[in-house]
Amino acid sequence: MTDRKKHRVLIGKPGLDGHDRGAKFIARALRDAGFEVVYTGIRRTPEEIAAAAVQEDVSVVGLSSLSGAHLRLFPEVVKALAAAGAGDIPVLGGGVIPDEDIEQLRKEGIREVFTPGTPLERIIAAFRNACEEARGSL
Amino acid sequence: MGEDILKGLKDRDPRGIARAISLVEENDPLTDRILSSLDDSLVDSALVLGITGPPGAGKSTLTDRIISRYRSQGRRVGVVAIDPTSPISGGAILGDRIRMMGHALDKDVIVRSMATRGRLGGLCAAAGAAVRIFAGSGCSVVIIETVGVGQSEMDIVRLADITVLVLAPGLGDDIQAMKAGLLEVADIVAVNKSDLEGAETLAMDIETIARGSTGDVEHPAKVCMTVASEGKGLDDLLQAIETVEAAHRKSGERRMRRDRAYDLEVLDWAVEMMKPSIIKRIESTDHDRKGDPRLLASKLLEQE
Repeated sequence: MTDRKKHRVLIGKPGLDGHDRGAKFIARALRDAGFEVVYTGIRRTPEEIAAAAVQEDVSVVGLSSLSGAHLRLFPEVVKALAAAGAGDIPVLGGGVIPDEDIEQLRKEGIREVFTPGTPLERIIAAFRNACEEARGSL
Repeated sequence: MGEDILKGLKDRDPRGIARAISLVEENDPLTDRILSSLDDSLVDSALVLGITGPPGAGKSTLTDRIISRYRSQGRRVGVVAIDPTSPISGGAILGDRIRMMGHALDKDVIVRSMATRGRLGGLCAAAGAAVRIFAGSGCSVVIIETVGVGQSEMDIVRLADITVLVLAPGLGDDIQAMKAGLLEVADIVAVNKSDLEGAETLAMDIETIARGSTGDVEHPAKVCMTVASEGKGLDDLLQAIETVEAAHRKSGERRMRRDRAYDLEVLDWAVEMMKPSIIKRIESTDHDRKGDPRLLASKLLEQE
């Protein structure tokens, strides 16, 4: 009843882009799917996002970018997590991301990349799978 | 993994502290060892500050400013920020951190968001444990921030040594009704956004209610005017907290509240521990779901 384990995730927006519609949309969708979603707001540095992810003990970090800076910022969050001793926390990313960048992001440690056409169910399933894997590895 | 977490907690490693809180929150078998590893004297000496009030009053922004003040005194600060769980999906958006991100890279500020998880009980146990873990990890100030609506949130405030109620002008009529109940738990009222119209009236209203209709309240809540977003009124507020804390230590009120909070945590843990076995008993009892549910409950409790 109440002892059901909850999936905790963090949704963050690195960089200077102030458009958080996508991030908030995903945060709400995850909440409606039963997740506990820590939302850090806009304009965060990769280090701030990593520190928050550690303190909140989330299983997954989800990043949103609409400004085109994803190729630089998403991998920086992966590095910041590793530097904070939390390199095991998987990072998912979404936003306005051209197809040709997806492979590059995956190479740099972004586990999955979502674009405006990605069905919501697939995004939620990706978060759920990543959470379950993280739990399984404990 | 368990030993790693215990060691991390002992070393005050941010990840160890965070993992420990998660395990306790889930009532993991390691809970006993985590809680018994904490230094009681640190837990006992920390200031536990409750910050409550209606949504939109500025609790998180005020908390952010209070953190800055205590940090400038060199004190390590922990924050347990509680947000409601959606009763429909069981999920929650935990957004109190947004206003406190300025402290994200300060190693001596630890913020932990916690969802109410719709538990009947269990929340005081979980929040109380987080407070203990923070205090045991060297936080000499631990802030519990929670929306002041609903019974479970009000119970949480009873874990605090001192409670600051945050109100703001123009939040609507529901606040009027809520005020009286909230005022009972408040030691200090911060009238936030006090640069807005209506702040003076609100402050006067509160002073009137706080003193009681016949002026018979022994220690009426102290009212402070603040503009958290600009850092105004913080000197006054911090001074008020210090004054109340000193008075409570002297009068024995602090000890009394700590004892009450301790019993509350014990009760909450007891209910948490009993729940699985009661659920099992309900499920394994052949009953027709007719008649008095209370009678069946008392019968099930008698089974040992």
